[in-house]
Amino acid sequence: MTQPNSPIVANQCQATNDFVVRFANTNGTGSASANNMFAKAILRMGIPVSAKNIFPSNIQGMPTWYEVRINENNFLARRGGNSELVVAMNAQSLQEDIASVANGGFLLYDSSRALTDKDIRADIHYLPIPISIICQKEYQDPRQRQLFKNVIYIGALAALLNIEFDVLKSLVADQFKGKDKLITPNIYALELGYQYANQHFICPLTINVERRDLVKSRIMVDGNTATGLGAVFGGATVVGWYPITPSTSVVEKFANYCNRLRIDPATGKKNYALVQAEDEIAAIGIAIGAGWNGARAFTATSGPGISLMSEFLGLAYFAEIPVVLINVQRAGPSTGMPTRTQQSDIIACAYASHGDTKHILLFPQDPSECFEFSALAFDLADQLQTPIIIMSDLDLGMNDHLTEEFTWDDHRDYKLGKVLSSEQLDEIENYGRYIDTDSDGICYRTLPGTHPEKGAFFTRGTSRNEYAGYTEKSADYVKNMERLTSKFETAKNIVPAPEIQQGQKLAQIGLVYFGTSSHAIAETKSQLKEHGLAADTLRIRAFPFNNTVTEFIHSHQHVFVIEQNRDGQMRSLLINEQGISPERLSSIANCDGLPMTSTFIVQGVLNKLSNDFSEKQVS
Amino acid sequence: MSFIKSKFHHPRIPTNDLGLNYRDYEGSLSTLCAGCGHDAITSAIIQSCFELSIPPHQVAKMSGIGCSSKSPNYFLNKAHGFNSVHGRMPSVTTGANLANRDLIYLGMSGDGDTASIGIGQFSHVVRRQLNMLYMVANNGVYGLTKGQLAATADKGVTNKAGELSLFTDIDLCIMALQLGATFVARSFSGDKKQLVPLIKAAISHQGFAFIDIISPCVTFNNHKDSTRSYNYVHEHITTAAVVDFVPVKKEITSNCANGEGEDICLHDGSLMRIRKSKDDYKTTDAIQAIMDIEKHKKKGEILTGLFYLDPTASNYHEINNTSDMPLNQLKQEVLCPGARVLSGINNSFR
Repeated sequence: MTQPNSPIVANQCQATNDFVVRFANTNGTGSASANNMFAKAILRMGIPVSAKNIFPSNIQGMPTWYEVRINENNFLARRGGNSELVVAMNAQSLQEDIASVANGGFLLYDSSRALTDKDIRADIHYLPIPISIICQKEYQDPRQRQLFKNVIYIGALAALLNIEFDVLKSLVADQFKGKDKLITPNIYALELGYQYANQHFICPLTINVERRDLVKSRIMVDGNTATGLGAVFGGATVVGWYPITPSTSVVEKFANYCNRLRIDPATGKKNYALVQAEDEIAAIGIAIGAGWNGARAFTATSGPGISLMSEFLGLAYFAEIPVVLINVQRAGPSTGMPTRTQQSDIIACAYASHGDTKHILLFPQDPSECFEFSALAFDLADQLQTPIIIMSDLDLGMNDHLTEEFTWDDHRDYKLGKVLSSEQLDEIENYGRYIDTDSDGICYRTLPGTHPEKGAFFTRGTSRNEYAGYTEKSADYVKNMERLTSKFETAKNIVPAPEIQQGQKLAQIGLVYFGTSSHAIAETKSQLKEHGLAADTLRIRAFPFNNTVTEFIHSHQHVFVIEQNRDGQMRSLLINEQGISPERLSSIANCDGLPMTSTFIVQGVLNKLSNDFSEKQVS
Repeated sequence: MSFIKSKFHHPRIPTNDLGLNYRDYEGSLSTLCAGCGHDAITSAIIQSCFELSIPPHQVAKMSGIGCSSKSPNYFLNKAHGFNSVHGRMPSVTTGANLANRDLIYLGMSGDGDTASIGIGQFSHVVRRQLNMLYMVANNGVYGLTKGQLAATADKGVTNKAGELSLFTDIDLCIMALQLGATFVARSFSGDKKQLVPLIKAAISHQGFAFIDIISPCVTFNNHKDSTRSYNYVHEHITTAAVVDFVPVKKEITSNCANGEGEDICLHDGSLMRIRKSKDDYKTTDAIQAIMDIEKHKKKGEILTGLFYLDPTASNYHEINNTSDMPLNQLKQEVLCPGARVLSGINNSFR
């Protein structure tokens, strides 16, 4: 191996199908699609892989990173720590990137410009490729010179890491389907990199990949695509929305799929309506108006939008209108870190709006569940006549994840809830919108235009009696509020139940987690095992909590609530709603804006246990 | 509520084409102050819907918050109503209209609800060309909170408490014209002869229709310094163009001489016969309308009547190319692509 700028180092990282590659690029240079091709090539070789985009709130010129973890044990959370291989393509962040190479790791860089002495680390290996010079020689068009840089380093990585070249070729063919003219030049660029690496380095490196059959039927997709698609399958027809990172692509994907799947073949007309509103307030107002009128409707937003939508959420709760709200959470408060991930809107969403309000929350863990919960949310909203909030996050929404393929049962019928038809109204002597006929807190609603004489009522955010008439009588108000509480109780039995993993003999440690923290759990358990510790787990999938959550907490000695915010919001919600005493629940909360790692969780567990131990020693 | 409205009526009370009488279009008893202009608007809406033979349940009554927004409770009891959030009636109506394009949407708002808290939503629903009638009961004052000045109160007037209106007043008709509304009128709650034909024409209009209705607040804005009092409005009102509305299939019986009137055919085949104050007045020129409104205002006059009409107006659904079948009536077979399509989509992620 040639290492023109660095002294010989002995130690080399060694790994097959278990390492991290970090790409450092400048945003707006077309690196995203090349990097994505790299991750997909690993996937097509049957090896589990995950990819995380760490990007700025900016369009062009700022540093951006793409971190690919390859792991045949399916440990696909962010690993944290330094990377075995760093592809440094951004001079702006070069020093930081050199520092991020693991001891014994590799740095692939554009050697068109020589490194300076301070860029030299004795403990890593340098892979210099004069990428800019190659492009300068090969291409005339400045844009091509830029774009093909990315493709060249992918070609080099194929040689260095033992990626099957045919897999890359088929990916290029898929990517440029219909634009066939682009296929040959892209493959040529891949070959330039591939040949250069083979001629100048010993290929493959000591870190490399080998074909496996571990992906099976799984797919690789981002959560927002899944959520948007789920809304199509769930029958959503009306969308009001306002652009905000990281939720924007939910609506874009919904629109793309509708454009393919929801155009009436006979007339060419749209079986959906999408309004980009003036703000988030109007966005949810549109969804609520449509829900009131019997269409399945949603809006998608992130933290600041949730704040703006709160008044309307209170109306929909109190006036009992079905609506679906997709919250792709980012790091707050205020504008916070708009391109970093968090689970920090839990309290804001659970109790959104003034007065006594409670909302139903769903916590998908991966894109497959985004699809499932998105479709399900429309059933739940119609059944429960209330807002359903899907609590996704930036990591889940915008990064590609390896996930179970989407499934749909063609025998499944939409659950449209208690809506009276004209014929049913004819049968009813004295219709009242808010009469709890079935004693489950859910009353029968009617849609405008249903019946010429019966069933009309005045929907309002003011207090009303069972016949929807305005009232300020305390007894009527209290009765209504208590019915809303009983409806929330009913919800406990129809929202997705928690997922529990425990053996016959219970472990002492119980891990409670939800959403994207789940990606780190299998690895956490494996690492705890190395410390001689066993853990049972419970994954919360919805609020209100099912009572099994309380049972799980009471049946474990050390219970940890794992979440991605500062204040342990889910822990607070558990304490508040399930009457659990605070000392029963330890918080493992990460709020740095990056996806949860098993290292962080294990450290949290060990710290708590050792503190408990030393306290016992002292007392 | 302790007051129950009598359902008794005269046996020979007139009926419309649907066999319904005026009482079938009424609502609950009003709880607004006696003499409130809003109640006169309510009565004009009832008369308009009755005369147009609209099936009451085919109307959706939409409102925000305020005295004006309470009034949908006082007309069309057989229609669903939605008293939503302050200033947000336009977005809720947008959603409702998107869900079912077949209903008639009557939006009832006030000056606070539209010109202040809801000015953003008002602007955008105009832009969106939603097929609705948006009415503002404009009294220049916040009634429910007891008399604060509204943004439509003329600069320089004082409210009942003596507080001076310091800032420029907002003219909602000018805003609507500027933002592309295709039917814009101003009227006076005390002039039913003018208001009823305008409401009827606006309902027939298949686009965004806006009527700003001066509606004096007898309790908080009927004093001598007010420019929204009954006396002031009566003394300063002037009219741009008077409208006779002729529904589809009805013979034109309006008795204006040749050359005096101009007939405009609306989308649904009904006719509007417009009689103008001046021969050269045009109801098809939005810029001219804005200038006329300003000119009369400078003279201390309140210009009313039809300001602008585009009979060829389009609306949101035409622009969006939405299915003719209302979206809320589409069945699962149409909406859900099914498992076979999904398996193809799965393959695109491999």
